[in-house]
Amino acid sequence: MIGTFDAKIPPGPLAQKWRSHLDHSRLVSPNNRRKFEIIVVGSGLAGGSAAATLGELGYRVRCFCFQDSARRAHSIAAQGGINAAKNYQNDGDSIYRLFYDTIKGGDFRSREANVYRLAEIANNIIDQCVAQGVPFAREYSGYLANRSFGGAQVSRTFYARGQTGQQLLLGCYQALCRQIAAGTVQMFPQTEMLDLVIVDGQAKGIVTRNLRSGKIDRHAADTVVLATGGYGNVFYLSTNARGCNVTATYRAYKRGALFANPSFTQIHPTCIPVSGEHQSKLTLMSESLRNDGRVWVPKRKEDREKAPGEIPETDRDYYLERKYPSYGNLAPRDISSRAAKEVCDEGRGVGPGGRGVYLDFADAIKRLGEDRIRERYGNLFEVYEKITGEDAYKVPMRIYPAVHYTMGGLWVDYDLMNNVPGLFVIGEANFSDHGANRLGASALMQGLADGYFVLPNTLPNYLAGQTGKRPSPGAPEFQEAEENVQARVEKLLRVNGTRSLDSFHRELGLLLWEKCGMSRHEKGLREALQKIPELREQFWRDVRVPGNEEDFNQSLERAGRVADFLEFAELMCMDALERDESAGAHFREEHQTPDGEALRDDERHAAVFAWEFQGDGQLPKLQREPLHFETVHLTQRSYK
Amino acid sequence: MNFQLRIWRQPNRKSPGKLVDYEVRDISPNTSFLEMLDILNENLLRAGKEPIAFDSDCREGICGTCSLTVNGEAHGPDHPGAVCELYMRKFRDGATITVEPFRVGSFPIVKDLVIDRSALDRIVQAGGFISARAGSAPEANSVTVPKHHADLAMEAAACIGCGACAAACPNGSAMLFTSAKVSHLALLPQGHPERESRVLKMVQVMDAEGFGNCTNTYECEAVCPAEISASFIAKLNREYARARFRRSMGE
Amino acid sequence: MIVAITGIILILFVIGHLLGNLQIFIGPDWINGYSQHLRDLGPLLWAVRLFLLAAVIIHIWVTIQLAIENRRARPEAYMDKQYVKATFASRHMVMSGLIVLVFIIYHLAHFTVRVTDNRFTLLRADPLGHYDVYSMMVYGFQNYLVSGFYVLGLFLLALHLSHGSSSFFQSLGLNDKKLTPRLALGGRIFTWLLFAGYTSIPVAILLGLIKPAQQL
Ligand SMILES: Cc1cc2nc3c(=O)[nH]c(=O)nc-3n(C[C@H](O)[C@H](O)[C@H](O)COP(=O)(O)OP(=O)(O)OC[C@H]3O[C@@H](n4cnc5c(N)ncnc54)[C@H](O)[C@@H]3O)c2cc1C
Ligand code: HEM
Repeated sequence: MIGTFDAKIPPGPLAQKWRSHLDHSRLVSPNNRRKFEIIVVGSGLAGGSAAATLGELGYRVRCFCFQDSARRAHSIAAQGGINAAKNYQNDGDSIYRLFYDTIKGGDFRSREANVYRLAEIANNIIDQCVAQGVPFAREYSGYLANRSFGGAQVSRTFYARGQTGQQLLLGCYQALCRQIAAGTVQMFPQTEMLDLVIVDGQAKGIVTRNLRSGKIDRHAADTVVLATGGYGNVFYLSTNARGCNVTATYRAYKRGALFANPSFTQIHPTCIPVSGEHQSKLTLMSESLRNDGRVWVPKRKEDREKAPGEIPETDRDYYLERKYPSYGNLAPRDISSRAAKEVCDEGRGVGPGGRGVYLDFADAIKRLGEDRIRERYGNLFEVYEKITGEDAYKVPMRIYPAVHYTMGGLWVDYDLMNNVPGLFVIGEANFSDHGANRLGASALMQGLADGYFVLPNTLPNYLAGQTGKRPSPGAPEFQEAEENVQARVEKLLRVNGTRSLDSFHRELGLLLWEKCGMSRHEKGLREALQKIPELREQFWRDVRVPGNEEDFNQSLERAGRVADFLEFAELMCMDALERDESAGAHFREEHQTPDGEALRDDERHAAVFAWEFQGDGQLPKLQREPLHFETVHLTQRSYK
Repeated sequence: MNFQLRIWRQPNRKSPGKLVDYEVRDISPNTSFLEMLDILNENLLRAGKEPIAFDSDCREGICGTCSLTVNGEAHGPDHPGAVCELYMRKFRDGATITVEPFRVGSFPIVKDLVIDRSALDRIVQAGGFISARAGSAPEANSVTVPKHHADLAMEAAACIGCGACAAACPNGSAMLFTSAKVSHLALLPQGHPERESRVLKMVQVMDAEGFGNCTNTYECEAVCPAEISASFIAKLNREYARARFRRSMGE
Repeated sequence: MIVAITGIILILFVIGHLLGNLQIFIGPDWINGYSQHLRDLGPLLWAVRLFLLAAVIIHIWVTIQLAIENRRARPEAYMDKQYVKATFASRHMVMSGLIVLVFIIYHLAHFTVRVTDNRFTLLRADPLGHYDVYSMMVYGFQNYLVSGFYVLGLFLLALHLSHGSSSFFQSLGLNDKKLTPRLALGGRIFTWLLFAGYTSIPVAILLGLIKPAQQL
């Protein structure tokens, strides 16, 4: 294995770890910073904030994204909000409570030290964003407003209408623009990273393809930061943008970076149900809707075809309120999703194909008036109407769970560095903070914590020892990586078969949704593990990628991503199979409590599963990082 | 549903383009416009032809990537909304639909329906930010912002940067885009220290990029998917006049 | 900004000019007196005239510059273009403006320099040497072609101002979300009142409601 597999958690009491780590980390002095070149792949919340902050500090940064502008990274789509334990509501919130909720929400499969640091930094993020001009919602007094989110009993979520991710990302983007203008950051839009270059056992560069001109380039640097987001699109249909992919992280994995918990996938309970075969993506309806909407299905199967208004109160089953009286409609995502699947499996689902449940605002409208509801969720209701043609002020929304977020990602230590020295991974691309399930409004928090505050303070710890070690792009390792990328591009174009990319991607997605989706079992996973290689083999025999490589070629772009998904899917299923317990979003049907909740096996599986690539056609090697809980008590999660 | 399509094809920036006729059949009314184009592309692929290049990413109207002019309207006939939020049920069965790129000189065509909007990035780089270094921010609630201002700032900040305003403007002007950023930051107390230099620099770069001038036709706000109001252009004019005045007074 | 300010100057002139002209309905003495007043201003009148001329020239010069830039901003036109909100008037300001210019030139030649109609030289001045503007207007407008052209010119001016008279508020930044639609409506009402006011003169003359004060 390259490098070391050690989480390097600083010693000392939980609340002092980060502080004392900062006290003892190495630094790079201001006038030495410009001697270091840093590659940041990704311009989302994580990458954008990191690139801007590192530029501010005086490093020379090159930032890459595949979109035509840094501002279009997928973080832009986040709706609901961002958490912080400011306790502005005076409702008993604290850093410890945010930490505890996040650890518990993740079903005790994340590191205490990382999560505590996240909870501590969350407050600084809000300060920073306000200073940048993020127009968070405010009360009439002029102070910041909060709303509640799933998995918490306090109101700690900051928001900007239903467009929090957009506003936070624009804050980063603007900071990034400032650095671009100042010349510290060089931006490479529409440039996709296709390989990681490791020189002398350290990450020292990348190979990219300019998506517009088709040109393949080498970039050498002192360190490489990956902030390439999540890979939910392996399922084909998800709430992610079309371009989201696993390519950057998977390529790094193939170069020796450990990949942690790849099977941990969050299925979001409130999405607009699938309407047809040609659907290209699923649209999320922010979880914040569950603040005022009530989830229900008919009590009896026979009623599912009836118009919702014709079903009297007594014949409705508000199943979340019934099963989880204290959290009710705000039960965490994994639990709400599974509950929806369950009632639909019982045949009580509504809408086309019986794959939907109602999210009903009638009571809230009666209580608060339509105007208040419009003020809170107007844009979401509009989106819903555009897509379905239905008016949710009059008839309840129909929702169904959809793939949304991937807790898994490249393995990182406390410094957010991978086992490959010099390779840092931040944001959704790493596995660090959310365990087996992420709570709402905490991905934005993590991405910005990583980029604004953690990485800029941990990166020097590595860089301090790297003066003068930057290789030249002419080094043989770069040569080899470039040839590798070139060969793959040519190979994709050469197949010249008959089937379209989407048809393969769709087939893969469906397979995973069934076998490695909301609930999994050994038999299904084994079937998937058998089918994926077959599909992959077909792909390389029969896919048709039109056009050529020296041109703007969207099919070629996507082909590379689908090819990586076809390999990565196998790793996911292996991880899901190997994790022989249920935890958070990973629900193994073999392991459940009598009332159908996830049943962990802390004895055997209180660990991070990190996978090491062993070569094409070889089984990857599983490494386990045991999780130690010194402060919290492992309990069966209960939201009743 | 069936549709006749006339779609702009152009191999690259330098070669001339033209409208080409296509046909799609059996489209469900619940298909989105872009999904309809996906279907067309699959058909083209099967027939051994090159698919049509068009941009999209989030497909829920927030990333601002998609950029089509449908039947002569930026983002198509279903305003407000990006073209990825346009559904086929909005069209008559059998209709003929013309699809062109956003046409603005400052947005050169990359291929078919794909354009280069980096000019918008450069406008923001000129000053569309608040210089707040990470780490230097005061406690978030130490400065209050009247709700009315915060709400208005949010309305301006909602811009998705798609460029439809310039595409629809008879003059190819990017005033709505620029005014949204200027207004967003000028409305917040945090944005005040750089208020004057910001508006002057952004307007200068906007002009240098070759965008046209505003003649107050309000076509921009009519097609804006984020419903940015043209009253922010008035605000921009005001901010600009104020900055020029104060500069000329030697401040 | 410059366009707006020069535009406002011209609008103010147009209002004043209308008020002056409407005196024709009160009688020959009024309008002739008004005209004489203006003439008595002597050098001041020339100053105002030069000022207005400068405003017109600057207005046109700047708008044509802007229009050229606007053309350049979209080198390749749409094959198909639908407007959602932009009015016809707002999209054709240069066209309406230029026709107004032609009209203004004709108008000056007609009534100020009086080179188009040689009958005007036959009009007798009163004993104090005051020119009979009243009769000139009446004779001028008795011709259907002349009146027709005036109405057309005024129509285009009205079209120009139906956009221009509210648009300058926006250009000067004196606008907000609530005000915009009201100003637009107000501007349109104002403009068409102006149009009605101006056209009432040739119409009244053609209908024979106003008769010349002296025979030729
Ligand atoms: C619809 C939706 C709503 C959400 N709502 C919330 C919410 O309310 N609260 C919350 O906390 N979280 C929410 N999330 C989750 C959150 O938005 C994401 O987890 C987070 O934004 C990820 O940020 P990121 O910076 O890690 O990645 P991204 O924003 O996805 O950025 C990835 C970047 O990497 C670049 N990239 C990727 N691959 C390559 C490559 N090979 N080469 C070059 N560049 C590459 C991309 O161009 C992009 O710039 C939501 C997610 C979705 C999908
Ligand atoms: C009596 C004559 C005229 C009057 C009263 C007048 C008045 C106005 C006014 C008030 C505006 C609005 C300004 C703004 O919104 O900022 C305007 C705009 C305009 N005018 Fe005129 N105008 C006259 C003649 C002309 C002529 C002869 C032209 C010929 C080129 C012209 C071209 C334009 C154009 C192109 C605009 C729009 C430019 C813009 O709004 O920025 N105008 N005019």
